[in-house]
Amino acid sequence: MALQQIIAQSATTTTPSSIRQVDEVAKLIDVSKCIGCKACQVACSEWNELRDEVGHNHGTYDNPADLTSDTWTLMRFTEHENQVGDLEWLIRKDGCMHCAEPGCLKACPSPGAIVQHANGIVDFNQDHCIGCGYCITGCPFNIPRISQKDHKAYKCTLCSDRVSVGLEPACVKTCPTGAITFGTKEDMKHHAEERIVDLKSRGYENAGLYDPAGVGGTHVMYVLHHADQPALYNNLPNDPAISPMVSLWKGITKPLSLLAMGAAVVAGFFHYVRIGPNRADEEDEAHHDAAAEQVEKKSQDTSVKTFDPTKR
Amino acid sequence: MDMNRRQFFKVAGIGLAGSSLAALGMAPTPAFAEQVRHFKLARTIETRNTCPYCSVGCGLVMYSHGDKAKNVAQNIIHIEGDADHPVNRGTLCPKGAGLLDFIHSPNRLKYPEVREAGSNEWKRISWEEAMERIVKLVKEERDANFISKNDQGQTVNRWTSVGFLAASAASNEAGYLTQKVVRNLGLVGFDNQARV
Amino acid sequence: MTNTWTDIRNANLILVMGGNAAEAHPCGFKWVTEAKAHNKARLIVVDPRYTRTASVSDYYAPIRTGSDIAFLGGLINYLITNDKIQHEYVRNYTDVSFIVNEGFTFEDGLFSGYNAEKRTYSDKSTWSYEKGADGFAKVDPTLEHPRCVFQLMKKHYSRYTPDVASNICGMPQDRMLKIWAEIAETSQPGKTMTILYALGWTQHSVGAQIIRTAAMVQLLLGNVGLPGGGVNALRGHSNIQGLTDLGLLSNLLPGYMTLGNDGEQDFNAYITKRALKPLRPGQMSYWQNYGKFHVSLMKAWYGDAATAENNWCYDYLPKLDVPGAGYDVMKMFDMMSRGEVRGYFCQGFNPIASLPDKNRVVAALAKLKWLVIMDPLATETSEFWRNAGEYNNVDTASIKTAVFRLPTTCFAEEDGSLVNSSRWLQWHWKGAEAPGEARTDVTIMSEIFLKLREMYRSEGGAYPDPILNLNWPYKIPHEPSPEELAKEFNGYAVKDVTDATGAVVAKAGQQLSGFAQLKDDGTTASGCWIFCGSWTEQGNQMARRDNSDPYGVGQSLGWAWAWPMNRRILYNRASADPSGKPWGPDKKLVWWNGKNWGGADVPDFKPDSAPEAGMNPFIMNPEGVARFFAVDKMAEGPFPEHYEPFETPIGVNPMHPKNNKVISNPAARVLPSVWESFGKADKFPYAATTYRLTEHFHFWTKHCRLNAIAQPEQFVEIGEVLAKEKGIAAGDKVRVSSKRGYIVAVAVVTKRIKPLEVNGQTVHQIGIPLHWGFSGLTRHGYLTNTLVPFVGDGNSQTPESKSFLVNVEKA
Repeated sequence: MALQQIIAQSATTTTPSSIRQVDEVAKLIDVSKCIGCKACQVACSEWNELRDEVGHNHGTYDNPADLTSDTWTLMRFTEHENQVGDLEWLIRKDGCMHCAEPGCLKACPSPGAIVQHANGIVDFNQDHCIGCGYCITGCPFNIPRISQKDHKAYKCTLCSDRVSVGLEPACVKTCPTGAITFGTKEDMKHHAEERIVDLKSRGYENAGLYDPAGVGGTHVMYVLHHADQPALYNNLPNDPAISPMVSLWKGITKPLSLLAMGAAVVAGFFHYVRIGPNRADEEDEAHHDAAAEQVEKKSQDTSVKTFDPTKR
Repeated sequence: MDMNRRQFFKVAGIGLAGSSLAALGMAPTPAFAEQVRHFKLARTIETRNTCPYCSVGCGLVMYSHGDKAKNVAQNIIHIEGDADHPVNRGTLCPKGAGLLDFIHSPNRLKYPEVREAGSNEWKRISWEEAMERIVKLVKEERDANFISKNDQGQTVNRWTSVGFLAASAASNEAGYLTQKVVRNLGLVGFDNQARV
Repeated sequence: MTNTWTDIRNANLILVMGGNAAEAHPCGFKWVTEAKAHNKARLIVVDPRYTRTASVSDYYAPIRTGSDIAFLGGLINYLITNDKIQHEYVRNYTDVSFIVNEGFTFEDGLFSGYNAEKRTYSDKSTWSYEKGADGFAKVDPTLEHPRCVFQLMKKHYSRYTPDVASNICGMPQDRMLKIWAEIAETSQPGKTMTILYALGWTQHSVGAQIIRTAAMVQLLLGNVGLPGGGVNALRGHSNIQGLTDLGLLSNLLPGYMTLGNDGEQDFNAYITKRALKPLRPGQMSYWQNYGKFHVSLMKAWYGDAATAENNWCYDYLPKLDVPGAGYDVMKMFDMMSRGEVRGYFCQGFNPIASLPDKNRVVAALAKLKWLVIMDPLATETSEFWRNAGEYNNVDTASIKTAVFRLPTTCFAEEDGSLVNSSRWLQWHWKGAEAPGEARTDVTIMSEIFLKLREMYRSEGGAYPDPILNLNWPYKIPHEPSPEELAKEFNGYAVKDVTDATGAVVAKAGQQLSGFAQLKDDGTTASGCWIFCGSWTEQGNQMARRDNSDPYGVGQSLGWAWAWPMNRRILYNRASADPSGKPWGPDKKLVWWNGKNWGGADVPDFKPDSAPEAGMNPFIMNPEGVARFFAVDKMAEGPFPEHYEPFETPIGVNPMHPKNNKVISNPAARVLPSVWESFGKADKFPYAATTYRLTEHFHFWTKHCRLNAIAQPEQFVEIGEVLAKEKGIAAGDKVRVSSKRGYIVAVAVVTKRIKPLEVNGQTVHQIGIPLHWGFSGLTRHGYLTNTLVPFVGDGNSQTPESKSFLVNVEKA
């Protein structure tokens, strides 16, 4: 089970000893090959035994409308008219990015509820989850969701069960066009380079890899035709970073005695973080506003299972 | 540690104590093994099949519980693409990836039923009753309306007052036997989905 | 498909038109992405909508639904005018040099021989070649004869100028020319384009002719028979190819043999008419062997009862009094509505969802005395009598049809084989027991037959002979095994079978190894001659699992088994030039090695016929070559012509503005009661097209929770411009109506459908997916085919589901 070796746990500073050398894995999503068929969505739910509610059509192809505790990945469709007036249908598979510096793990106050494996997988352990929702705050990609059934946080596990026995994640296996590939992070970067050469030969001069440094790189990466404008792809953050407030909290709590810290203080603090800026880049203000609005909307829409600890 | 959010706030002090103890490097040795998600296919039977939807003909592997012992009903718990298959190479589309829910659909038919003339409901019947009644109706209609000769006295041996639509998702073996039976009743109003 | 799924990777260019492969066949479409990634291929998509396939294309152009012949006819004109044709291929492997009968004409939108009263070409005698004293067709290799096929074709399509084509299709001319130029490049001998199409071409009143036009383009470019080429029908259901091969269609017998008509009382004449003699010297004309295939079928069906003396039981087979498709399903439902059909079987078929004009279909079913449903799922058809409010507003009590619903197994619960779109017969294995009391179709059909036979035996009845004499050699009579049935359709020796030298090639009782062994003397039996070779003395060839691809061109000959004779690419002799050498280094498939034909595929040719012998690659045609001129095979004429859909948004055929008899297909059958159900553009101004979505499979997956989640609720797609005009916002409910009924659905407002300028007016198109109904786990909805007109293609009678008129209002 070397692939499953844990290198970090939430609310824990110790790391297990005797870590063997483990290759970092990565999932590469080539947006230019994706046809938005949702096979990955279905395979994910099938493998993980998730059955979300049968929803509604809201006037788009996106279904379910958002990630939920029972939908860990979904296609987000954007109709984009480029500079020469040609239409592009940009389709992005959304889900956990498995950041090298996971904001969720940093923000999580419950020991062992979020773990990071040596291979790069960031996984939630619901046995230890207390449902506080801080992981959502810590996530620059707005991924985790709290279940209304058991009030615990859920997200993509990168099929750590499959990876642990040497298999690829379910979404990767099923992807009909090979838009999703899986391997060592190094191999995936190499594969991405080839894809970028091909895309440039087809006139996508700004084709590139999305492996954002602001979170230390990710173990889910995208090949984008317009790598200069990630936000085109349904508000993929241009330059994601863990909220400085999360870092600050960690900074405060480590030297101070946590015994002294009341829950209300934490909650209030995080309320600020949740609605305050969670991206460092000023260019992202517009997107942030949209995202904040989205958060607001979600909290009003009972069908969307996010949880705000301040509204109990 | 197993508590919900409400409990967390109630026992926040304790919780935080725990985490701070951890922060001070006093955590008990974590049971790392528990972090490994259980791999559900470790003891399953694999059966090769072909996707029943479109005509790409993707190879499938169906995983089922039960070791084929006499006292066990095999139950398919997962389906994924057959990596050996030259066309799909292990992949499946959203329809194929969801096949498990076809096999286990709550709308699968399980028993013969009849809806009588004018009725608003189904009535469960036995296979025997269903077959007896159907065959009697078929024979009555065939005997009454089979056309042996046309107006010019030519031998035509056709039957047009009953029609048959066959299933283009049925296997060749079922299709072949259906063709063999249907044509020999004299039926000509006979099609499958290739017509539409 | 002429080619195979895996072969798409060898293409230099891929044209997806009349289909949406990424949406409907994602795992086959993988080979398009492979061709793009590893063969530097470019992808062209031509579709009324910017589709999921278009989203990964290099070039996309919008087209008005139903105008495909104008686009392709224009392309033919472009290729000829700009001399972008593969000359050596065209000259040697097609009928361009054949001289056409003198009386053949085309005037004012009609070919010679039209009978306006009957709306059909009752005299097709001029649609033929001029024959010499030797009985062979005359040819002019210089191609200068004014009546040679090349000159006639050139003249016919000279009318399809870029202006004309663009005007009819509503396609911006610059895009059209850019795409034509890309396509024209594949006329180079070493380059191929593949064409992938589906129901976007078949479901038109001129569907078969659209596909012919595409085939003509491919022949001009020299792209048929080569790796990465071909005309590829991406078929819908998992075994729709197999059921077609097995002849489960109104006018067919297994292996594309046909039922005789009333006039064909003489067995030998029936055979001779189909056993076509070569039209040119030295050609194979493989259908010459029709008698062998037919007698072998009769032996499989009737065993000892079939003898030379009784013409192998020829009289047992029903004869047809209706030309063409005969008693196709639309005709049957029309007869049903008049009380002429009283009993009906639906085996895994949901006609109220699949057939056009749902209200007409339901009204017809209500006239039945009885209906038998065999299905694994609770279909709408089985409950056509149930009032489901607006979705199915019927008066239950007044419907006197008795409905029997029999539960059947699904794929996972049986062994057997399916034929995929590449003609591969693939075996599958049972993985679970059927739920409840469900039974296989084989068991149900056997029990019905055996019970009937018992009744005919004991009490007599109408013409019992075929029933009493049907060969039923199965070990468990009410439950024949898939193995027994597969061995029977493959075929076996009834008596010892000898070859030309007198040597025994198969002993009595042994499985045959291929259709070359079939005889017309009663010594062989084969239930489907094209499947002969699938289960030989070496065992079940369909279950083979060797996926190696020794030549690296996507030909895994050891995987399953393909008809005919395990050939993966049809007409593959054409992949080599007349001297037997491949056309290009990347296009090596089969070649002449000095002694015989061989290579990466099984040659679709006489294996020892040297190139000098002059046998041509299209061995099924009596000409030996491919036809641009369809002789008398098509209902509408030998060259495809543009006709408008029966419901046209422009009300005129711009090719023939003065002849209102040829606005729409003049040879399509319109049933008398259907004329009044056509709408006109004044009340129904928008062109509509129906289609399926990748998340769903027809009307099955709405019963599957995972798919219901992925696409839960009925919607229609409306372009932004029209939506704005009508005050419709994304997510609004809209009512879409045709002359035949209406549906209500959520509006998806999109940039992907743009208004088109057609013949001086703006045409808006509406996209209507078809997966919802009044049963299932999705949100319930209307059966989309409520809107579709009850008219079909002139040859196949496939309904015109892709092109009709609607109105749209905010609901």
